[in-house]
Amino acid sequence: MLKVAAKKHRGAFALEAQFELPTPGVVALFGRSGCGKSTLINVIAGLLKADSGHVVLDDAVLLDTQQHIDVPPERRRIGYVFQDAKLFPHLSVAANLRYAQRRARVPAYVGMDLVSDLLDLGALMHRRTHQLSGGERQRVAIGRALLSQPGLLLLDEPLASLDASRREELLPYLETLRDQLAIPMVYVSHHFDDVLRLATHLVLMESGKTTAQGNLSDMSLNPGVRAIIGADAVGAIVEGTVLGADPDSGLLRVQVGHGELKVHFGKAANGAKLRVQLLARDLIVATRAPQQLSVRNSLTGVVTAVMSDDDDSDLIAIDIGGTIIIARVTKAATRELGLAAGLSVWALVKTVSLRPHPI
Amino acid sequence: MTWLSANEIEALALSLSVAFRSVLLSLPFAVLLAWVLTRRQFVGRTVLDAFVHLPLVLPPVVIGYLLLLLFGARGPIGGWLERAFGIELIFTRNGAALATAVMSFPLMVRAMRISLENVDRGLEDAARTLGAGALDRFATITLPLMLPGVLAGAITAFSAALGEFGAVITFVSNIPGETRTLPLALYTALQTPGGDAAAARLALISCVLGLGGLLLSEWFARRVRHMLGR
Repeated sequence: MLKVAAKKHRGAFALEAQFELPTPGVVALFGRSGCGKSTLINVIAGLLKADSGHVVLDDAVLLDTQQHIDVPPERRRIGYVFQDAKLFPHLSVAANLRYAQRRARVPAYVGMDLVSDLLDLGALMHRRTHQLSGGERQRVAIGRALLSQPGLLLLDEPLASLDASRREELLPYLETLRDQLAIPMVYVSHHFDDVLRLATHLVLMESGKTTAQGNLSDMSLNPGVRAIIGADAVGAIVEGTVLGADPDSGLLRVQVGHGELKVHFGKAANGAKLRVQLLARDLIVATRAPQQLSVRNSLTGVVTAVMSDDDDSDLIAIDIGGTIIIARVTKAATRELGLAAGLSVWALVKTVSLRPHPI
Repeated sequence: MTWLSANEIEALALSLSVAFRSVLLSLPFAVLLAWVLTRRQFVGRTVLDAFVHLPLVLPPVVIGYLLLLLFGARGPIGGWLERAFGIELIFTRNGAALATAVMSFPLMVRAMRISLENVDRGLEDAARTLGAGALDRFATITLPLMLPGVLAGAITAFSAALGEFGAVITFVSNIPGETRTLPLALYTALQTPGGDAAAARLALISCVLGLGGLLLSEWFARRVRHMLGR
Protein backbone atom coordinates (compact mmCIF):
# COMPACT_ATOMS: atom_id res chain seq x y z
CA MET A 1 0.00 0.00 0.00
CA LEU A 2 1.21 3.45 -0.91
CA LYS A 3 -0.20 6.15 1.34
CA VAL A 4 0.34 9.77 0.51
CA ALA A 5 -0.86 12.95 2.17
CA ALA A 6 0.66 16.36 1.59
CA LYS A 7 -0.10 19.97 2.28
CA LYS A 8 1.96 22.75 0.82
CA HIS A 9 1.28 26.45 0.41
CA ARG A 10 3.33 28.38 -2.09
CA GLY A 11 2.08 31.87 -2.81
CA ALA A 12 -1.46 31.66 -4.10
CA PHE A 13 -1.15 27.95 -4.83
CA ALA A 14 -2.20 25.46 -2.19
CA LEU A 15 -1.61 21.73 -2.47
CA GLU A 16 -3.87 19.55 -0.36
CA ALA A 17 -3.52 16.00 -1.51
CA GLN A 18 -4.28 12.63 -0.07
CA PHE A 19 -4.50 9.23 -1.74
CA GLU A 20 -3.88 5.55 -1.26
CA LEU A 21 -2.89 2.91 -3.78
CA PRO A 22 -2.96 -0.85 -3.19
CA THR A 23 0.43 -2.17 -4.34
CA PRO A 24 1.38 -3.28 -6.88
CA GLY A 25 -0.83 -1.11 -9.01
CA VAL A 26 -0.73 1.90 -11.23
CA VAL A 27 -2.37 5.05 -9.99
CA ALA A 28 -2.97 7.87 -12.41
CA LEU A 29 -2.83 11.39 -11.04
CA PHE A 30 -5.28 12.95 -13.41
CA GLY A 31 -6.21 16.57 -13.85
CA ARG A 32 -5.83 19.65 -15.97
CA SER A 33 -2.42 21.23 -16.52
CA GLY A 34 -1.32 23.25 -13.52
CA CYS A 35 -3.55 21.47 -11.01
CA GLY A 36 -0.58 20.41 -8.88
CA LYS A 37 0.10 16.91 -10.15
CA SER A 38 3.81 17.53 -10.66
CA THR A 39 4.09 19.31 -7.33
CA LEU A 40 2.56 16.29 -5.63
CA ILE A 41 4.93 13.77 -7.19
CA ASN A 42 7.88 16.00 -6.40
CA VAL A 43 6.76 15.83 -2.78
CA ILE A 44 6.53 12.04 -3.05
CA ALA A 45 10.04 11.92 -4.52
CA GLY A 46 11.29 14.23 -1.79
CA LEU A 47 12.50 16.88 -4.24
CA LEU A 48 9.99 19.34 -2.79
CA LYS A 49 9.34 19.81 0.89
CA ALA A 50 5.76 19.56 2.07
CA ASP A 51 4.52 21.79 4.88
CA SER A 52 2.95 18.72 6.40
CA GLY A 53 2.07 15.22 5.36
CA HIS A 54 3.29 11.68 5.01
CA VAL A 55 4.51 9.27 2.36
CA VAL A 56 4.43 5.63 3.37
CA LEU A 57 5.31 2.80 0.98
CA ASP A 58 4.40 -0.59 2.45
CA ASP A 59 6.40 -0.64 5.71
CA ALA A 60 8.75 2.18 4.86
CA VAL A 61 7.96 5.63 6.23
CA LEU A 62 9.61 8.01 3.76
CA LEU A 63 8.04 11.18 5.07
CA ASP A 64 6.14 11.95 8.22
CA THR A 65 6.25 15.56 9.27
CA GLN A 66 4.69 14.77 12.66
CA GLN A 67 7.39 12.27 13.53
CA HIS A 68 10.06 14.46 11.86
CA ILE A 69 10.94 11.73 9.40
CA ASP A 70 12.11 12.99 6.02
CA VAL A 71 14.21 10.49 4.09
CA PRO A 72 16.26 12.38 1.47
CA PRO A 73 15.38 11.62 -2.17
CA GLU A 74 18.64 9.73 -2.77
CA ARG A 75 17.63 7.20 -0.13
CA ARG A 76 13.92 6.89 -0.86
CA ARG A 77 14.34 4.26 -3.59
CA ILE A 78 11.80 6.06 -5.75
CA GLY A 79 12.47 6.00 -9.47
CA TYR A 80 11.45 9.16 -11.26
CA VAL A 81 10.86 9.44 -15.00
CA PHE A 82 10.84 13.14 -15.83
CA GLN A 83 8.72 14.70 -18.53
CA ASP A 84 11.81 15.59 -20.55
CA ALA A 85 13.81 12.46 -19.62
CA LYS A 86 16.71 14.34 -17.99
CA LEU A 87 19.34 12.04 -19.45
CA PHE A 88 22.89 13.03 -18.56
CA PRO A 89 24.21 14.65 -21.74
CA HIS A 90 27.87 13.94 -21.02
CA LEU A 91 27.29 10.20 -20.73
CA SER A 92 26.37 7.58 -23.31
CA VAL A 93 23.13 5.62 -23.01
CA ALA A 94 24.96 2.70 -21.44
CA ALA A 95 26.72 5.01 -18.98
CA ASN A 96 23.41 6.65 -18.05
CA LEU A 97 22.03 3.20 -17.23
CA ARG A 98 25.11 2.14 -15.30
CA TYR A 99 24.97 5.39 -13.32
CA ALA A 100 21.70 4.21 -11.81
CA GLN A 101 22.75 0.59 -11.47
CA ARG A 102 25.92 1.43 -9.54
CA ARG A 103 24.03 3.57 -7.04
CA ALA A 104 21.25 1.09 -6.29
CA ARG A 105 20.89 0.67 -2.55
CA VAL A 106 19.39 -2.80 -2.55
CA PRO A 107 20.38 -6.09 -4.22
CA ALA A 108 19.44 -5.91 -7.89
CA TYR A 109 16.09 -7.40 -8.82
CA VAL A 110 15.93 -5.60 -12.16
CA GLY A 111 19.00 -6.44 -14.22
CA MET A 112 20.55 -4.69 -17.20
CA ASP A 113 19.53 -7.55 -19.52
CA LEU A 114 15.90 -7.45 -18.40
CA VAL A 115 15.69 -3.69 -18.81
CA SER A 116 17.38 -3.86 -22.18
CA ASP A 117 14.91 -6.55 -23.31
CA LEU A 118 11.77 -4.94 -21.93
CA LEU A 119 12.57 -1.54 -23.39
CA ASP A 120 14.49 -2.58 -26.52
CA LEU A 121 17.58 -0.64 -25.54
CA GLY A 122 20.18 -2.96 -27.07
CA ALA A 123 20.68 -0.95 -30.24
CA LEU A 124 20.86 2.35 -28.37
CA MET A 125 23.52 1.45 -25.82
CA HIS A 126 26.48 3.16 -27.45
CA ARG A 127 24.65 6.23 -28.67
CA ARG A 128 25.07 9.67 -27.19
CA THR A 129 21.86 10.96 -25.65
CA HIS A 130 21.47 13.80 -28.16
CA GLN A 131 21.30 11.22 -30.94
CA LEU A 132 18.08 9.75 -29.56
CA SER A 133 14.52 10.48 -30.63
CA GLY A 134 12.01 11.67 -28.04
CA GLY A 135 10.54 8.19 -27.58
CA GLU A 136 13.97 6.60 -27.30
CA ARG A 137 15.00 9.15 -24.69
CA GLN A 138 12.00 8.25 -22.57
CA ARG A 139 12.71 4.53 -22.89
CA VAL A 140 16.26 5.11 -21.67
CA ALA A 141 14.96 7.30 -18.85
CA ILE A 142 12.54 4.56 -17.78
CA GLY A 143 15.31 1.96 -17.97
CA ARG A 144 17.59 4.15 -15.92
CA ALA A 145 14.93 4.65 -13.26
CA LEU A 146 14.28 0.90 -13.11
CA LEU A 147 17.97 0.07 -12.70
CA SER A 148 18.08 2.10 -9.51
CA GLN A 149 15.96 -0.80 -8.17
CA PRO A 150 13.08 1.41 -7.06
CA GLY A 151 10.27 0.37 -4.76
CA LEU A 152 8.03 2.89 -6.51
CA LEU A 153 8.17 4.43 -9.96
CA LEU A 154 6.96 7.98 -10.61
CA LEU A 155 6.22 8.97 -14.20
CA ASP A 156 5.61 12.67 -14.80
CA GLU A 157 3.77 12.88 -18.12
CA PRO A 158 6.44 10.78 -19.85
CA LEU A 159 4.51 11.02 -23.12
CA ALA A 160 3.75 14.74 -23.01
CA SER A 161 6.62 15.83 -25.21
CA LEU A 162 5.90 13.19 -27.87
CA ASP A 163 3.69 13.41 -30.93
CA ALA A 164 0.78 11.00 -31.40
CA SER A 165 2.69 8.29 -33.27
CA ARG A 166 5.55 8.33 -30.74
CA ARG A 167 3.03 8.02 -27.92
CA GLU A 168 1.62 4.92 -29.56
CA GLU A 169 5.16 3.61 -29.88
CA LEU A 170 5.95 4.07 -26.19
CA LEU A 171 2.64 3.01 -24.58
CA PRO A 172 3.15 -0.73 -25.17
CA TYR A 173 6.47 -0.53 -23.30
CA LEU A 174 4.70 1.01 -20.33
CA GLU A 175 2.04 -1.70 -20.48
CA THR A 176 4.78 -4.33 -20.48
CA LEU A 177 6.36 -2.76 -17.42
CA ARG A 178 3.06 -2.80 -15.57
CA ASP A 179 2.42 -6.43 -16.48
CA GLN A 180 5.90 -7.87 -15.97
CA LEU A 181 7.32 -5.97 -13.02
CA ALA A 182 5.44 -5.71 -9.78
CA ILE A 183 6.62 -2.15 -9.16
CA PRO A 184 3.89 0.22 -8.08
CA MET A 185 3.67 3.28 -10.30
CA VAL A 186 2.30 6.77 -9.99
CA TYR A 187 1.54 8.06 -13.43
CA VAL A 188 0.88 11.75 -13.97
CA SER A 189 -1.18 12.58 -17.00
CA HIS A 190 -3.78 14.87 -18.45
CA HIS A 191 -4.43 12.45 -21.31
CA PHE A 192 -7.28 10.14 -20.49
CA ASP A 193 -6.25 7.68 -23.20
CA ASP A 194 -2.97 6.92 -21.42
CA VAL A 195 -4.78 6.58 -18.13
CA LEU A 196 -7.27 4.20 -19.68
CA ARG A 197 -4.53 1.95 -20.97
CA LEU A 198 -2.18 1.99 -18.01
CA ALA A 199 -3.85 2.81 -14.74
CA THR A 200 -5.63 0.57 -12.27
CA HIS A 201 -6.58 3.49 -10.06
CA LEU A 202 -7.29 7.11 -10.65
CA VAL A 203 -6.85 10.11 -8.39
CA LEU A 204 -8.57 13.22 -9.64
CA MET A 205 -6.85 16.53 -8.91
CA GLU A 206 -8.50 19.90 -9.22
CA SER A 207 -6.68 23.15 -8.43
CA GLY A 208 -4.24 21.62 -5.98
CA LYS A 209 -6.66 19.26 -4.27
CA THR A 210 -7.31 15.57 -4.69
CA THR A 211 -11.07 15.60 -5.09
CA ALA A 212 -11.91 11.97 -5.86
CA GLN A 213 -10.21 8.61 -6.16
CA GLY A 214 -11.00 4.99 -6.80
CA ASN A 215 -10.50 2.21 -9.28
CA LEU A 216 -10.70 3.15 -12.89
CA SER A 217 -14.17 1.71 -13.55
CA ASP A 218 -15.73 3.70 -10.74
CA MET A 219 -13.82 6.84 -11.60
CA SER A 220 -14.86 6.68 -15.25
CA LEU A 221 -18.35 7.66 -14.05
CA ASN A 222 -17.11 10.54 -11.88
CA PRO A 223 -18.55 13.95 -12.87
CA GLY A 224 -15.19 15.67 -12.24
CA VAL A 225 -13.41 13.29 -14.60
CA ARG A 226 -16.19 13.74 -17.18
CA ALA A 227 -15.75 17.50 -17.02
CA ILE A 228 -12.08 17.25 -17.88
CA ILE A 229 -12.13 14.65 -20.61
CA GLY A 230 -14.93 16.30 -22.61
CA ALA A 231 -18.34 15.07 -23.73
CA ASP A 232 -17.07 12.84 -26.53
CA ALA A 233 -14.66 10.90 -24.32
CA VAL A 234 -17.16 10.29 -21.53
CA GLY A 235 -17.97 6.65 -21.03
CA ALA A 236 -17.86 3.78 -18.63
CA ILE A 237 -14.75 1.65 -18.45
CA VAL A 238 -15.85 -1.85 -17.59
CA GLU A 239 -13.82 -4.89 -16.76
CA GLY A 240 -14.79 -8.12 -18.41
CA THR A 241 -13.73 -11.74 -18.57
CA VAL A 242 -12.89 -13.43 -21.86
CA LEU A 243 -15.36 -16.26 -22.55
CA GLY A 244 -13.79 -17.43 -25.80
CA ALA A 245 -13.87 -16.75 -29.51
CA ASP A 246 -17.20 -16.59 -31.32
CA PRO A 247 -16.83 -19.31 -34.03
CA ASP A 248 -18.99 -17.53 -36.62
CA SER A 249 -17.59 -14.03 -36.45
CA GLY A 250 -14.12 -14.61 -35.04
CA LEU A 251 -14.86 -11.90 -32.47
CA LEU A 252 -13.95 -12.37 -28.85
CA ARG A 253 -16.80 -12.88 -26.38
CA VAL A 254 -16.35 -10.96 -23.16
CA GLN A 255 -18.60 -11.17 -20.12
CA VAL A 256 -19.42 -7.82 -18.55
CA GLY A 257 -21.96 -7.64 -15.72
CA HIS A 258 -24.46 -10.37 -16.54
CA GLY A 259 -24.29 -9.60 -20.24
CA GLU A 260 -21.86 -10.29 -23.01
CA LEU A 261 -19.95 -8.12 -25.48
CA LYS A 262 -18.28 -9.15 -28.72
CA VAL A 263 -15.08 -7.27 -29.32
CA HIS A 264 -12.25 -7.11 -31.85
CA PHE A 265 -9.18 -8.26 -30.03
CA GLY A 266 -6.37 -10.55 -31.17
CA LYS A 267 -5.86 -13.61 -29.08
CA ALA A 268 -6.70 -13.84 -25.42
CA ALA A 269 -6.92 -16.84 -23.12
CA ASN A 270 -10.30 -17.79 -21.71
CA GLY A 271 -10.70 -16.20 -18.33
CA ALA A 272 -8.31 -13.34 -19.15
CA LYS A 273 -9.37 -9.90 -17.99
CA LEU A 274 -10.04 -7.15 -20.49
CA ARG A 275 -10.94 -3.55 -19.97
CA VAL A 276 -13.50 -2.15 -22.40
CA GLN A 277 -14.42 1.47 -22.77
CA LEU A 278 -18.06 2.03 -23.67
CA LEU A 279 -18.29 5.64 -24.80
CA ALA A 280 -21.56 7.23 -23.71
CA ARG A 281 -22.12 8.72 -27.14
CA ASP A 282 -21.88 5.26 -28.77
CA LEU A 283 -24.58 3.64 -26.63
CA ILE A 284 -28.18 3.34 -27.81
CA VAL A 285 -30.93 2.85 -25.24
CA ALA A 286 -34.07 0.85 -26.02
CA THR A 287 -37.03 0.17 -23.78
CA ARG A 288 -38.11 -2.94 -25.74
CA ALA A 289 -36.05 -5.92 -26.81
CA PRO A 290 -34.43 -4.86 -30.06
CA GLN A 291 -34.75 -7.09 -33.13
CA GLN A 292 -33.18 -7.31 -36.55
CA LEU A 293 -30.44 -4.78 -36.03
CA SER A 294 -26.84 -4.85 -37.23
CA VAL A 295 -25.72 -4.06 -33.71
CA ARG A 296 -23.87 -7.05 -32.24
CA ASN A 297 -24.12 -6.16 -28.63
CA SER A 298 -27.22 -5.83 -26.54
CA LEU A 299 -26.97 -5.59 -22.77
CA THR A 300 -29.99 -5.73 -20.50
CA GLY A 301 -30.01 -3.54 -17.44
CA VAL A 302 -31.86 -1.22 -15.14
CA VAL A 303 -31.61 2.57 -15.19
CA THR A 304 -30.12 3.77 -11.91
CA ALA A 305 -29.96 7.49 -12.60
CA VAL A 306 -30.75 10.14 -15.17
CA MET A 307 -28.27 13.01 -15.01
CA SER A 308 -28.61 16.21 -16.94
CA ASP A 309 -25.35 16.71 -18.84
CA ASP A 310 -25.94 19.87 -20.84
CA ASP A 311 -28.88 21.80 -22.30
CA ASP A 312 -29.68 19.12 -24.85
CA SER A 313 -28.61 15.80 -23.45
CA ASP A 314 -28.85 13.54 -20.43
CA LEU A 315 -26.51 10.85 -19.20
CA ILE A 316 -28.33 7.64 -18.35
CA ALA A 317 -26.60 5.35 -15.87
CA ILE A 318 -27.53 1.72 -16.37
CA ASP A 319 -26.74 -1.19 -14.08
CA ILE A 320 -25.97 -4.23 -16.24
CA GLY A 321 -25.46 -6.61 -13.34
CA GLY A 322 -23.16 -5.03 -10.78
CA THR A 323 -21.50 -2.91 -13.44
CA ILE A 324 -22.60 0.59 -14.35
CA ILE A 325 -22.43 1.91 -17.90
CA ILE A 326 -23.54 5.32 -19.11
CA ALA A 327 -25.30 6.40 -22.28
CA ARG A 328 -25.78 9.86 -23.66
CA VAL A 329 -29.26 10.53 -25.08
CA THR A 330 -31.11 13.70 -26.00
CA LYS A 331 -33.51 15.12 -23.45
CA ALA A 332 -36.25 14.53 -26.02
CA ALA A 333 -35.42 10.81 -26.00
CA THR A 334 -35.47 10.75 -22.20
CA ARG A 335 -38.97 12.20 -22.28
CA GLU A 336 -40.35 10.03 -25.08
CA LEU A 337 -38.98 6.78 -23.67
CA GLY A 338 -39.87 7.81 -20.13
CA LEU A 339 -36.36 6.99 -18.94
CA ALA A 340 -36.22 7.08 -15.16
CA ALA A 341 -34.55 5.20 -12.36
CA GLY A 342 -35.87 1.65 -12.04
CA LEU A 343 -36.83 1.20 -15.69
CA SER A 344 -35.57 -1.94 -17.45
CA VAL A 345 -33.74 -1.14 -20.65
CA TRP A 346 -31.52 -2.59 -23.37
CA ALA A 347 -28.24 -0.87 -24.11
CA LEU A 348 -26.94 -1.39 -27.65
CA VAL A 349 -23.43 -0.79 -28.89
CA LYS A 350 -21.65 -1.54 -32.16
CA THR A 351 -18.62 -3.80 -31.90
CA VAL A 352 -16.60 -1.39 -34.04
CA SER A 353 -16.95 1.33 -31.44
CA LEU A 354 -15.60 -0.78 -28.58
CA ARG A 355 -12.01 -0.30 -27.48
CA PRO A 356 -10.73 -3.25 -25.46
CA HIS A 357 -7.42 -3.15 -23.57
CA PRO A 358 -5.68 -5.87 -21.62
CA ILE A 359 -5.35 -5.27 -17.89
CA MET B 1 64.72 31.80 -29.83
CA THR B 2 68.16 33.20 -30.40
CA TRP B 3 66.76 36.71 -30.89
CA LEU B 4 65.69 36.78 -27.22
CA SER B 5 68.26 37.59 -24.60
CA ALA B 6 68.79 35.34 -21.59
CA ASN B 7 66.99 37.87 -19.39
CA GLU B 8 64.01 37.92 -21.66
CA ILE B 9 63.78 34.13 -21.80
CA GLU B 10 64.02 34.11 -18.04
CA ALA B 11 61.13 36.60 -17.78
CA LEU B 12 59.04 34.52 -20.17
CA ALA B 13 59.70 31.28 -18.28
CA LEU B 14 59.01 32.99 -14.98
CA SER B 15 55.75 34.45 -16.24
CA LEU B 16 54.55 31.04 -17.38
CA SER B 17 55.59 29.51 -14.07
CA VAL B 18 53.85 32.23 -12.04
CA ALA B 19 50.68 32.07 -14.15
CA PHE B 20 50.59 28.29 -13.86
CA ARG B 21 50.92 28.39 -10.07
CA SER B 22 48.36 31.16 -9.90
CA VAL B 23 45.75 29.16 -11.79
CA LEU B 24 46.50 26.02 -9.80
CA LEU B 25 46.06 27.97 -6.57
CA SER B 26 42.81 29.72 -7.47
CA LEU B 27 41.04 26.93 -9.40
CA PRO B 28 39.55 24.98 -6.45
CA PHE B 29 38.49 28.15 -4.64
CA ALA B 30 36.94 29.55 -7.81
CA VAL B 31 34.90 26.37 -8.42
CA LEU B 32 33.71 26.40 -4.82
CA LEU B 33 32.78 30.09 -4.90
CA ALA B 34 31.08 29.83 -8.27
CA TRP B 35 28.98 26.99 -6.89
CA VAL B 36 28.19 28.77 -3.62
CA LEU B 37 27.25 32.01 -5.37
CA THR B 38 25.10 30.28 -7.98
CA ARG B 39 23.43 27.50 -6.04
CA ARG B 40 23.18 28.66 -2.44
CA GLN B 41 20.89 31.24 -0.93
CA PHE B 42 22.29 32.73 2.25
CA VAL B 43 22.55 36.01 4.10
CA GLY B 44 25.55 37.96 2.87
CA ARG B 45 25.62 36.39 -0.58
CA THR B 46 25.54 39.80 -2.26
CA VAL B 47 28.37 41.03 -0.06
CA LEU B 48 30.46 37.96 -0.85
CA ASP B 49 29.72 38.43 -4.54
CA ALA B 50 30.87 42.06 -4.37
CA PHE B 51 33.96 41.05 -2.42
CA VAL B 52 34.94 38.51 -5.10
CA HIS B 53 34.62 41.19 -7.76
CA LEU B 54 36.62 43.76 -5.82
CA PRO B 55 39.90 43.22 -7.74
CA LEU B 56 38.10 44.24 -10.94
CA VAL B 57 37.31 47.71 -9.62
CA LEU B 58 40.15 48.45 -7.19
CA PRO B 59 43.48 49.80 -8.44
CA PRO B 60 45.91 46.83 -8.56
CA VAL B 61 48.27 48.78 -6.33
CA VAL B 62 45.64 48.72 -3.61
CA ILE B 63 45.36 44.93 -3.92
CA GLY B 64 49.16 44.67 -3.72
CA TYR B 65 49.15 46.85 -0.64
CA LEU B 66 46.39 44.82 1.04
CA LEU B 67 48.32 41.64 0.25
CA LEU B 68 51.39 43.16 1.89
CA LEU B 69 49.35 43.87 5.01
CA LEU B 70 47.86 40.39 5.17
CA PHE B 71 50.57 38.17 3.70
CA GLY B 72 53.69 40.17 4.49
CA ALA B 73 56.27 38.65 6.83
CA ARG B 74 54.57 40.38 9.76
CA GLY B 75 51.03 40.12 8.39
CA PRO B 76 48.55 37.83 10.21
CA ILE B 77 48.36 35.22 7.43
CA GLY B 78 51.88 35.64 6.03
CA GLY B 79 53.46 35.25 9.47
CA TRP B 80 51.45 32.13 10.20
CA LEU B 81 52.26 30.55 6.82
CA GLU B 82 55.95 31.08 7.43
CA ARG B 83 55.90 29.74 10.98
CA ALA B 84 53.65 26.78 10.26
CA PHE B 85 54.79 25.71 6.79
CA GLY B 86 57.91 27.72 6.05
CA ILE B 87 56.18 29.30 3.09
CA GLU B 88 57.58 32.69 2.19
CA LEU B 89 55.49 34.84 -0.08
CA ILE B 90 57.12 38.21 0.03
CA PHE B 91 59.66 38.75 -2.80
CA THR B 92 59.06 35.21 -4.13
CA ARG B 93 57.43 33.78 -7.24
CA ASN B 94 54.80 32.13 -5.04
CA GLY B 95 53.95 35.59 -3.81
CA ALA B 96 53.69 36.75 -7.41
CA ALA B 97 51.40 33.82 -8.09
CA LEU B 98 49.19 34.80 -5.15
CA ALA B 99 48.95 38.40 -6.38
CA THR B 100 48.03 37.34 -9.91
CA ALA B 101 45.59 34.74 -8.54
CA VAL B 102 43.73 37.39 -6.57
CA MET B 103 43.66 39.75 -9.54
CA SER B 104 42.37 37.16 -12.02
CA PHE B 105 40.02 35.46 -9.55
CA PRO B 106 36.88 37.42 -10.55
CA LEU B 107 37.40 36.56 -14.22
CA MET B 108 37.68 32.89 -13.35
CA VAL B 109 34.64 32.83 -11.07
CA ARG B 110 32.60 34.75 -13.62
CA ALA B 111 33.33 32.27 -16.44
CA MET B 112 32.44 29.35 -14.18
CA ARG B 113 29.23 30.92 -12.96
CA ILE B 114 27.93 31.51 -16.47
CA SER B 115 28.63 27.89 -17.24
CA LEU B 116 27.08 26.63 -14.00
CA GLU B 117 23.93 28.69 -14.51
CA ASN B 118 23.41 26.77 -17.74
CA VAL B 119 23.60 23.40 -16.02
CA ASP B 120 20.05 22.05 -15.78
CA ARG B 121 19.28 21.53 -12.10
CA GLY B 122 16.81 18.89 -13.17
CA LEU B 123 19.80 16.71 -14.05
CA GLU B 124 21.03 17.00 -10.48
CA ASP B 125 17.53 16.12 -9.25
CA ALA B 126 17.54 13.12 -11.59
CA ALA B 127 20.90 11.99 -10.19
CA ARG B 128 19.49 12.46 -6.72
CA THR B 129 16.51 10.18 -7.34
CA LEU B 130 18.97 7.61 -8.69
CA GLY B 131 20.72 7.54 -5.33
CA ALA B 132 23.54 10.05 -5.74
CA GLY B 133 24.46 12.02 -2.62
CA ALA B 134 25.57 15.67 -2.66
CA LEU B 135 29.30 15.16 -3.30
CA ASP B 136 28.61 12.37 -5.77
CA ARG B 137 26.22 14.61 -7.73
CA PHE B 138 28.71 17.44 -7.79
CA ALA B 139 31.57 15.27 -8.98
CA THR B 140 29.66 13.22 -11.55
CA ILE B 141 27.06 15.65 -12.91
CA THR B 142 27.62 19.29 -11.98
CA LEU B 143 31.39 19.50 -12.42
CA PRO B 144 31.56 17.68 -15.78
CA LEU B 145 28.72 19.81 -17.13
CA MET B 146 30.31 23.07 -16.00
CA LEU B 147 33.68 21.98 -17.39
CA PRO B 148 33.53 24.37 -20.36
CA GLY B 149 33.33 27.25 -17.89
CA VAL B 150 36.08 25.82 -15.70
CA LEU B 151 38.41 25.52 -18.70
CA ALA B 152 37.48 28.91 -20.11
CA GLY B 153 37.95 30.45 -16.68
CA ALA B 154 41.32 28.78 -16.19
CA ILE B 155 42.64 29.85 -19.60
CA THR B 156 41.37 33.41 -19.23
CA ALA B 157 42.88 33.63 -15.77
CA PHE B 158 46.16 32.18 -17.06
CA SER B 159 46.32 34.82 -19.79
CA ALA B 160 45.44 37.59 -17.35
CA ALA B 161 48.02 36.29 -14.87
CA LEU B 162 50.75 36.59 -17.52
CA GLY B 163 50.03 40.30 -17.77
CA GLU B 164 49.44 41.31 -14.16
CA PHE B 165 51.64 44.26 -13.23
CA GLY B 166 50.48 46.54 -10.45
CA ALA B 167 49.64 44.03 -7.75
CA VAL B 168 52.78 42.00 -8.43
CA ILE B 169 55.24 44.90 -8.31
CA THR B 170 53.59 46.27 -5.16
CA PHE B 171 53.48 42.96 -3.28
CA VAL B 172 56.67 41.15 -4.35
CA SER B 173 58.70 43.91 -6.03
CA ASN B 174 60.70 43.54 -9.26
CA ILE B 175 63.42 40.98 -8.68
CA PRO B 176 65.10 39.48 -11.76
CA GLY B 177 64.64 35.72 -11.92
CA GLU B 178 62.17 35.64 -9.03
CA THR B 179 59.38 38.14 -9.55
CA ARG B 180 60.28 39.98 -12.77
CA THR B 181 57.56 38.63 -15.05
CA LEU B 182 56.99 39.78 -18.65
CA PRO B 183 55.20 43.05 -17.88
CA LEU B 184 57.71 43.91 -15.19
CA ALA B 185 60.60 43.11 -17.55
CA LEU B 186 58.93 45.25 -20.20
CA TYR B 187 58.56 48.11 -17.73
CA THR B 188 62.19 47.72 -16.69
CA ALA B 189 63.34 47.70 -20.32
CA LEU B 190 61.48 50.93 -20.94
CA GLN B 191 63.22 52.49 -17.93
CA THR B 192 66.63 51.40 -19.25
CA PRO B 193 68.45 53.53 -21.86
CA GLY B 194 68.63 51.57 -25.17
CA GLY B 195 66.00 49.07 -24.01
CA ASP B 196 63.56 49.90 -26.81
CA ALA B 197 64.28 46.79 -28.85
CA ALA B 198 63.95 44.54 -25.81
CA ALA B 199 60.67 46.26 -24.88
CA ALA B 200 59.32 45.67 -28.37
CA ARG B 201 60.26 41.98 -28.25
CA LEU B 202 58.66 41.53 -24.83
CA ALA B 203 55.52 43.32 -26.00
CA LEU B 204 55.36 41.01 -29.02
CA ILE B 205 55.68 37.91 -26.81
CA SER B 206 52.87 39.24 -24.60
CA CYS B 207 50.62 39.77 -27.61
CA VAL B 208 51.32 36.28 -28.98
CA LEU B 209 50.68 34.65 -25.58
CA GLY B 210 47.44 36.59 -25.07
CA LEU B 211 46.12 35.78 -28.51
CA GLY B 212 47.20 32.15 -28.16
CA GLY B 213 45.35 31.92 -24.86
CA LEU B 214 42.14 33.26 -26.35
CA LEU B 215 42.32 30.90 -29.34
CA LEU B 216 43.11 27.94 -27.11
CA SER B 217 40.15 28.80 -24.88
CA GLU B 218 37.83 28.93 -27.89
CA TRP B 219 39.16 25.61 -29.21
CA PHE B 220 38.67 23.94 -25.82
CA ALA B 221 35.15 25.31 -25.52
CA ARG B 222 34.29 23.84 -28.91
CA ARG B 223 35.75 20.47 -28.08
CA VAL B 224 33.81 20.29 -24.84
CA ARG B 225 30.57 21.44 -26.44
CA HIS B 226 31.00 18.73 -29.06
CA MET B 227 31.66 16.20 -26.31
CA LEU B 228 28.45 17.25 -24.56
CA GLY B 229 26.58 17.03 -27.83
CA ARG B 230 25.54 20.65 -28.03
